[in-house]
Amino acid sequence: MSAILPPAERLWWKHPLDRVEGTWIAIAFVWCLVMFFMMIYWHAYGQQNLSTETYKTTPELFAKKAQAVIDKYTIRTETDGHIPVVAVPPGGDVYLIARLWNFSPILEFEKGQTYRLHMTSMDYNHGFSLQPANINIQIVPGYEHVVTITPNQSGTFSVVCNEYCGIGHHTMVGRIYVK
Amino acid sequence: MSQTTTYRTCPRSGLQFEANAEKLMTANAVTAVVFLLLGGILAIGVVLTRWPAVHWLEAGRFYQVLTAHGLDMLIFWVIFFEIAVLYFCSSTLLRCRLATPKIAWLAFALMLIGAVTNNVAVYQGGSSVMMTSYVPMMAAPSFYLGLILFAVGALIACFVFFGTLVVAKRDQTYQGSVPLVTFGAITACIIAVFTIASGAIILIPTYLLSLGVIDRVDPLVYRTIWWAFGHSSQQINVAAHISIWYAVAAITFGAKPMSERVSRGAFLLYILFLQLASAHHLLSDPGMSTEWKIVNTSYFMYFAVLASMIHGLTVPGAIEVAQRAKGYNKGLFEWLRKAPWGNPTFSGVFISIIGFGFLGGISGVMMGTEQLNMLIHNTVYVPGHFHATVVIGTTLSFMALTYFLIPVLFKREMINPGLAKWQPYLFGLSMYFFCLVMMGAGTLGVPRRHWDLSFSGVAMAYEWPGAAYLMMGLVGIAGVAAIIGGAIYIYITVGSLLWGKRLDQGERSPAPTPIPLTAPTAAVQTYGSTGFAAPGTFVLALVFLVSFVLYYFINWKYLSTLWGLS
Repeated sequence: MSAILPPAERLWWKHPLDRVEGTWIAIAFVWCLVMFFMMIYWHAYGQQNLSTETYKTTPELFAKKAQAVIDKYTIRTETDGHIPVVAVPPGGDVYLIARLWNFSPILEFEKGQTYRLHMTSMDYNHGFSLQPANINIQIVPGYEHVVTITPNQSGTFSVVCNEYCGIGHHTMVGRIYVK
Repeated sequence: MSQTTTYRTCPRSGLQFEANAEKLMTANAVTAVVFLLLGGILAIGVVLTRWPAVHWLEAGRFYQVLTAHGLDMLIFWVIFFEIAVLYFCSSTLLRCRLATPKIAWLAFALMLIGAVTNNVAVYQGGSSVMMTSYVPMMAAPSFYLGLILFAVGALIACFVFFGTLVVAKRDQTYQGSVPLVTFGAITACIIAVFTIASGAIILIPTYLLSLGVIDRVDPLVYRTIWWAFGHSSQQINVAAHISIWYAVAAITFGAKPMSERVSRGAFLLYILFLQLASAHHLLSDPGMSTEWKIVNTSYFMYFAVLASMIHGLTVPGAIEVAQRAKGYNKGLFEWLRKAPWGNPTFSGVFISIIGFGFLGGISGVMMGTEQLNMLIHNTVYVPGHFHATVVIGTTLSFMALTYFLIPVLFKREMINPGLAKWQPYLFGLSMYFFCLVMMGAGTLGVPRRHWDLSFSGVAMAYEWPGAAYLMMGLVGIAGVAAIIGGAIYIYITVGSLLWGKRLDQGERSPAPTPIPLTAPTAAVQTYGSTGFAAPGTFVLALVFLVSFVLYYFINWKYLSTLWGLS
């Protein structure tokens, strides 16, 4: 007669369900289906879906491509480290390098325009955490992730590393401007 | 094959303990509590550093302490205790001898050596890689070796458990099907075998990498397979603590499952679908296709979530039915009001059920939704969620079970029962608050595993909103309260083992007494077919559903305000 004893009724699988259980299972199952189809629905009608466009890459290859864009589109430098601020034309490809322990270059976008943002890490795993907009994407070394973004607010945004990457992890911050 | 062992029948519970199994349960459970103590001491360092106003440890020490805290709590404390639970659910509940006790001791020794080796590696420095140890960030070889030894030991213990089931069947110590709680333990054990195999597949190459034998482990492959170990190990916990919920309902109320078929079916769903867990850690990763993410994170159409929602109804439902049978029939909730709230075994489990469902369950599904994951990936929302599942769900259930085991397994009178009465409330409710404020801070974007919210001395520092500081301060306060609650548990448990009055251990006999066959009574035959047996629980379940639906769609609303991504 209890959960710590063998079932008293040998043919327990023929035992009828109580209505409480049956009703709840039906409700819960419908809710699970709603949640499942919500993800698919958002791919069709939502504006925030993470791209899966990914290429294998190496630090050398990625750095070369990033440098070409930096050379062409740098509009000024900032901070004592002379970090380039890169503004590519709308629709363009822009590269963000994550490495121990900084993001470079600084990016500048125009509100309402769409860009192809390429990201990779030169060393460990890093995290792309755009604040205060609060978009969080993993950056994995060896993989170039191309995310198509359309900023919908203007202002100064920070890219905080939110994947632990060693002793300087908490100093790793980048910047994005949206005009 | 003659086995020289004895069986003792506990005069307080009627449970029968085989001598070898009893010693092994004691050893595993006591070792577990030692690791809980260690993890709890480390938690002080974590909490007091992330509390912005205190910011206690320096950065290197903080990351080291956080690594050890994660491993000691998530791996060593829970798995040592689970091995004790597995032996209890096989040898004790089925009243048979434990299969191959010598090999079970070997398993224990390997687990202990592994856990100590791993801890030493972390304390030596150079292995502050967090529990996840993502390659190419490398720890010392002994870090991985320790984990591998521990995993091998745990795997052997799983097979001792399976062997014990065979012994019980062969010696016919029970008839018919195994009890539901044993069935739940089998579920946990099957998931454990899958988990440990995944761990071996990825940790052995990583160990070889750390030795320089091979020169590369792909970072994305590592993440995918590591999470089949890292998350599935938490699914062992879920299966184990839900078994404990059923066990405590049975022990405290004499409750029987509302329907064996439903509860066992729900466990079966766990076996079939919980293993897909590695996917939801990769939702914000490059490389995986959308289809792969959707199918896997939803554990194939949320069948595992369905299973948890079923257990969430049937455990309190079983309690309600048992209480109503005792005459607590007034209104919807007399059965709950008249429950033994002063018994820490019951109150611990009930606080665990509510917290696991409302805080851990709802947040887990939110995080595990493909697009919503981008809102909280790698923020403190994540530890907020898993403290609700692993601490409120698993740890609190284990604590509750311990209060039952002190007189029954350890044969000691509990010291300070007045304090024990309050412990689940202090620990559980402060953890509720801890998880809530952590999730709040995570929703504001505060990163996990981060030493310095203020980014002092950094050129392009980001200034967090004041609310983030407030939340993290509250995390500190709630964390300290929970640590005090944990310390009280350890004081009562260890104190009872050392100084508690010895209790009568009961009759010993050389042969097991088989479980007597209970004839199906009329009550059993008609049980559950009467209609709406647990209306109070059903109302609670609907409250849960409404909170779930609201919270789920609030997050979609939040997501819709973000930058366009495609």
